[in-house]
Amino acid sequence: MTSKRLANYKSYIPGTLFILPAFVLFAVFIFVPLIYGFVMSFTDYGGFNVTPNFIGIDNYVNLFQDDYFLVSLKNNLIYTVLFVPLTMILALFAALALNNVLHLRKYLRMAFYFPYITSMVSIAIAWGLLFNPVSGPINYILKAIGIANPPEWLMSSHWALFAIILVAVWKSFGYYMIILLAGIQGIPEHLYEAAKLDGANKFKQFLYVTLPSLSPTLFMVLILTIINSFQVFDLVSVMTDGGPGRSTNVLVFRIYQEAFINYRMGYAAAMSTVLFLIIMVISLIQFRLEKKWVTY
Amino acid sequence: MQDAIAKPKSSKLLYWLLLVVLVIFSLATLFPFLWMISASLRTDVDLFKNPMNWIPQTLYLNNYKEVWTAIPFAQYFLNTVKLSVIITVLQVVICSMSAYAFAKLKVPFKNTIFILFMTNLMMPWHSIMVPQFSVVSSLGLYNSHTGYILIQLFSGFGIFLMRQFFMSLPNELNEAARVDGYNEWKIFWKIMMPLSAASLSTLTIFTFTFMWNDYLAPLIYLNDDVLKTLQLGLKGFQTEHTMDYGLLMAGTVIATIPMVVVFLIGERFFMQSVATTGMKN
Repeated sequence: MTSKRLANYKSYIPGTLFILPAFVLFAVFIFVPLIYGFVMSFTDYGGFNVTPNFIGIDNYVNLFQDDYFLVSLKNNLIYTVLFVPLTMILALFAALALNNVLHLRKYLRMAFYFPYITSMVSIAIAWGLLFNPVSGPINYILKAIGIANPPEWLMSSHWALFAIILVAVWKSFGYYMIILLAGIQGIPEHLYEAAKLDGANKFKQFLYVTLPSLSPTLFMVLILTIINSFQVFDLVSVMTDGGPGRSTNVLVFRIYQEAFINYRMGYAAAMSTVLFLIIMVISLIQFRLEKKWVTY
Repeated sequence: MQDAIAKPKSSKLLYWLLLVVLVIFSLATLFPFLWMISASLRTDVDLFKNPMNWIPQTLYLNNYKEVWTAIPFAQYFLNTVKLSVIITVLQVVICSMSAYAFAKLKVPFKNTIFILFMTNLMMPWHSIMVPQFSVVSSLGLYNSHTGYILIQLFSGFGIFLMRQFFMSLPNELNEAARVDGYNEWKIFWKIMMPLSAASLSTLTIFTFTFMWNDYLAPLIYLNDDVLKTLQLGLKGFQTEHTMDYGLLMAGTVIATIPMVVVFLIGERFFMQSVATTGMKN
């Protein structure tokens, strides 16, 4: 009996050892921070070695009276509302077109995907110069084709966020295109053949075969782009630093500023909780809707 | 697809029209990179005088020389190579080890731990970066490469990807090896890892690219100039030399070249890693 139990214990040893490094890393650097952050959001922790005070839900109350935070939330929502559909439409168009093209396929796929693998910082610097209202080529071209007063892009509080969205769409549509392309190529050929037998033209095939079969993939891309849109930071940091004024300040950028520039860690932790909840809600919606919305 | 050839004239015309649109679209996509290269090879005077002459009359290579002395570019470059390589190797090994355990070995509370690990896929790092910073600081690892490396070693995606592959291998393989007197450690290194070369390459390329381009985590964790990475260096350079277009662009071109090389070598694996994301559900 004891020897049997011992053998039973022993059989768990290799597996436990194999998982141990990942488990320790997960516990220390992800799980503990997750819990700690929640606790921290109820304190006035300011970093360094100052003892934090427990202040209840003050941080959360202040958060929703804080103009700066609300502006960053609003900007982020504008970013999401524009970034998500633009990226999806472009990605879907590129994926469908690529699927119907026989020539230059490899080149086109690489060209569209290429921006995704380059660093945000590099391309943000380059786009910053391209958008320069005085010396950049974009406004030079716009003036050349007859637009007398082109926008001042990153220097204008009306256009800066829009310029950042354009760059973000340009940077990432290729990635989602590859996901959609894989989805399109996974649609069984016999569905198209059946549709053709029924006399469906290309457009009807798209409407009644491609789109429904692709809906799980489209739905996933939708969720991925939404979640992605709440993580935007690099472009804002390099191109505008949140400005002009507060016009391009977004959620993660605001968290970064409060935590690592103003050292209001407790307050930033409360903002992080809001970010966490937003993402969780989106994930839950995904969970619930996946079965209803998606037609296989 | 094949019937594009045997189609009536109007749809053939449509096909070529689509191709032309796609080519124009692809050139527009690549335009910023072409402009980057062009600007890096010209003097700023030339650039401002003739903004539309994208093909330089004479190649001006001075920017590529100057960038190495204008900032500690070599130091940044070496730091980035060091961190990307160390993190990639360790992350791939650690993730593969736990993935192997999830796929083939007995682990207490296996499902609970696996679900816990997979929450990492849904939860963005940004939402824990503030408390994580406090934890790392309290361990005395702020402003050190060690601290930055440690926070990057766990990857839910990596574990998921490798577990999928290991599960596709037959259990008889392990049993036969055990009969031959192999222990699990030996099975893992001598049999499992060599078999999973394709998945390993996918994960390696994915992680390396991510680490090479990482910006926010180094921004938070690395403060001393000697510790900084290329992305931080470029950002600092941009703040100081806002109007030195040529120099700035030479810096970004050099920082991008390693990624281009990795991309061209591992294009197949890139596409695979993305397609895997698509199969996640």
